Amino acid sequence: MTSISMVVNGRSVGGEVEDRTLLVEFIRENLRLTGTHVGCDTSQCGACVVHVDGKAVKACTTLAAQANGCEVTTIEGIAGDELHPMQQAFKDNHGLQCGFCTPGMIMAATDMVNRLGKDLDEKTIRAELEGNICRCTGYHNIVKSIQDGASKM
Amino acid sequence: MSEGIGARVLRKEDKRFITGDGKYTDDVTNHGQCYAAFVRSPHAHANIKSIDKSAAEAIVGVEGVFDGHQLTGDGIGNIICGWAVNSKDGSPMNMGAWSALATNTVRYAGDAVAVVIADSPANAKTAAEAVVVDYEVLSSVTDAGKSLEAGVEQIHPEAPNNLIFDWEIGEQAATEEAIAGAAHVTEMKVINNRVSPNPMEPRSAVATFDASEDHYTLYTTSQNPHVARLVLSAFYQVAPEHKLRVIAPDVGGGFGAKIYIYPEEIVCLWASMKTKRSVKWTSDRTEAFLTDAHGRDHITTAKMGFDKNNKIVGFQVDTIANLGAYMSLFSSATPTYLYATLLSGQYNIANVHGNVRAVYTNTTPVDAYRGAGRPEAAFLVERMLTTAAGELGVDPAELRRANFITEFPHQTPVIMAYDSGDFNANMDAAMKASDYAGFEARRSEAASRGKMRGIGISCYIEACGIAPSAAVGSLGAGVGLWESAEVRVNPVGTVEILTGSHSHGQGHETTFAQLINDRFGLPADNVQVVHGDTDKVQFGMGTYGSRSGAVGMSAIVKALDKVEAKAKKIAAHLLEADEGDIVIENGEVKVAGTDKTLGWHEVCLGAYTAHNLPEGMEPGLKEGAFYDPANFTFPAGCYICEVEVDPETGTTDIVQFVASDDFGTIINPMIVEGQVHGGIAQGVGQALLEQAVYDDNGQLLTGSYMDYTMPRADDLPSYTVSHETTVCPGNPLGIKGCGEAGAIGSPPAVINAITDAIGNNDLSMPATPSKVWAAIQATQSKQAAE
Repeated sequence: MTSISMVVNGRSVGGEVEDRTLLVEFIRENLRLTGTHVGCDTSQCGACVVHVDGKAVKACTTLAAQANGCEVTTIEGIAGDELHPMQQAFKDNHGLQCGFCTPGMIMAATDMVNRLGKDLDEKTIRAELEGNICRCTGYHNIVKSIQDGASKM
Repeated sequence: MSEGIGARVLRKEDKRFITGDGKYTDDVTNHGQCYAAFVRSPHAHANIKSIDKSAAEAIVGVEGVFDGHQLTGDGIGNIICGWAVNSKDGSPMNMGAWSALATNTVRYAGDAVAVVIADSPANAKTAAEAVVVDYEVLSSVTDAGKSLEAGVEQIHPEAPNNLIFDWEIGEQAATEEAIAGAAHVTEMKVINNRVSPNPMEPRSAVATFDASEDHYTLYTTSQNPHVARLVLSAFYQVAPEHKLRVIAPDVGGGFGAKIYIYPEEIVCLWASMKTKRSVKWTSDRTEAFLTDAHGRDHITTAKMGFDKNNKIVGFQVDTIANLGAYMSLFSSATPTYLYATLLSGQYNIANVHGNVRAVYTNTTPVDAYRGAGRPEAAFLVERMLTTAAGELGVDPAELRRANFITEFPHQTPVIMAYDSGDFNANMDAAMKASDYAGFEARRSEAASRGKMRGIGISCYIEACGIAPSAAVGSLGAGVGLWESAEVRVNPVGTVEILTGSHSHGQGHETTFAQLINDRFGLPADNVQVVHGDTDKVQFGMGTYGSRSGAVGMSAIVKALDKVEAKAKKIAAHLLEADEGDIVIENGEVKVAGTDKTLGWHEVCLGAYTAHNLPEGMEPGLKEGAFYDPANFTFPAGCYICEVEVDPETGTTDIVQFVASDDFGTIINPMIVEGQVHGGIAQGVGQALLEQAVYDDNGQLLTGSYMDYTMPRADDLPSYTVSHETTVCPGNPLGIKGCGEAGAIGSPPAVINAITDAIGNNDLSMPATPSKVWAAIQATQSKQAAE
């Protein structure tokens, strides 16, 4: 067992976890923040993307212990009283259907803006989405959503 | 802004998904919950000699380890196919036994043998690995063609030669005669590749047995929770129907894979009863590849005959359909009534004959995947047309036009009676949007850059609105395919729609509310759509076959008709007016031509206070309806794909994709366009990237996203989507359905474009760079030799 503590969505949390506990398990099972999803277990689909110390990581292949002492932001932590501009853009542009990949998409998109700025062209967005899979939308409206959300961040 | 029919209303359901508040099955957690892990066969075909559970049972945290003999010993029934398809000699299909946990024989790699129930997912998995199963390995077969060959291992004793049925449709002799007399005959062997549906949410089940109430609750990833409850109770004897509540909460995509009732749901319910604990199972992605029903997998040879005027005179089709190791719920219908009934395509063909042999193999069961049979038909027909055009030296668009059906209704030789459509209008729109006329200039420009540019057309038709109950009953279906709805108007005038349709991405909470807005002028925010819970909704057949609009909404409309009629009666009574003069609009109930008005909420409150109702009227304002469609609906369209192939690498780049669809009435264009986008992406995936691959020992090589190529954002283009509408005459809203079209129409458009680009028609799906490169090399070698 390992003792861990971290700040998740601005709140200090901690606990004893098995060494093998994944960050996504800690977030979903211990903290009951179920917006972060598991779609593939192999770092391919990106449904589990969260931010650790401001950078996008795949929580399905990160040990909870690796985030010890870090600041973690999940999809539940990005909106204030209003929706985050990227969340609003996904709604405005019909960037989601079943919604399962959406939290990971939004977290990857905000990371994309943090790294590359607000002015993102289609080619860049498509290339940057290499680590996120959606089966519903065909990406057309996700690309539009990210372009729109980025411009408003 | 209007929120009625035809308005681009943003989705009501989005907020919970974009904030992480969606509630999917794996998000459900019960007090004292345990976790199931399945012991699965590593072999494609083997006899089970013994199972040693002792080491697993000794692991701390393990509540129980159960095998197939215990399951069948408790009276749990075999999993069945719910659609009886007879062979052409009249004999019933040869369905082998499928126990949720195998008893004596395993028939595909991944077949469940035992289950461990433990206090944590990790302990359950550890214990599952400690179960020792001694197998006697048998030879196996994964290829549908080889499965029928003499000397191949028999997979089920009930199915000699691994043949499930040998079925036909249409007139064989007349079709053969027509082709024999044809001026030109195009012959092809066409393979439709096996794919995995891959909804992003893996399947999951949370089963809870309440011993004191003798009652079961199942949360599950289902497209049709009532069907699940019916099958679990009536056929599998897991629990009586009135003692089983099935809830399909937010479901993360289905695409067909979540229609079926799988072994894991049965076992979780049963194990919950055995352990008196709530039991959760969530598939990992590899389990999903192994156990979610696969799609397609046809081998077809076909002949199409043309007269001297390039009119099609006959179409003869011989298909072998791989159904995998067991017959899944709709597996028999997919390659027969959902496939061969569409072999006439958009064309006026007097003679069509289809023969389908369905076979067992040692692979994951195959069933309906987005489109289900219709993509296989469209791919075959549209590859044939483009190939024939090449052979006849005519433009593929003109060959299609010359054969289009232009008058409706049109009775095809293969059961279906098309009710409406304008195929030329769809083709005109697609050709204009794609600048078809300017293509050769673009091809030349691309050639100057060293790229091979090609254009491909596909004109698909499908049968949706599944389905008229009596018709499907006569064809062997074990259920009726109507839909039910209830409209509950509350005393304050807000409305709840309870529907048997299930939304797993389709946006029903928005589109169904638009119907209320359209009818009564109430804001969509005043409407709640309730679905996915057998305790709340009386019954429903669920969502698949693009049926939620044409069938599900029609049931809502019928219930609304009753609500409106009663509300008008009450209003007429209160306003002392004639019932026929009452109109309801913008949330008000008025006497036409006067200033006499009541608020909608006043009429609703009046219905519930019942202080002043017409003589003999029951209080309340709540009406239900069942809607059984009179015919299938026939969405159709024209897709044009333009590609550039790099001859050095064989890489295909889709540079333009145009879709012109006829879906009948459209409730919300934004949502319909999204459905088309997603469907096209899945079709492009099948055409370029996706294939479930087995090795010679029956091992699935594509068992993760490291191996199975899912379409990603940079594999796909943006799409140009538009609509040409002919209203469906068969249902009250005129809806045809839009959920599957993209996946049906796009694969032949892509392959026709690539073959056009490279000048070699011998190309199968998925058209991977290595295949395309090899096809280019073959053409160049041939040209060099000439």
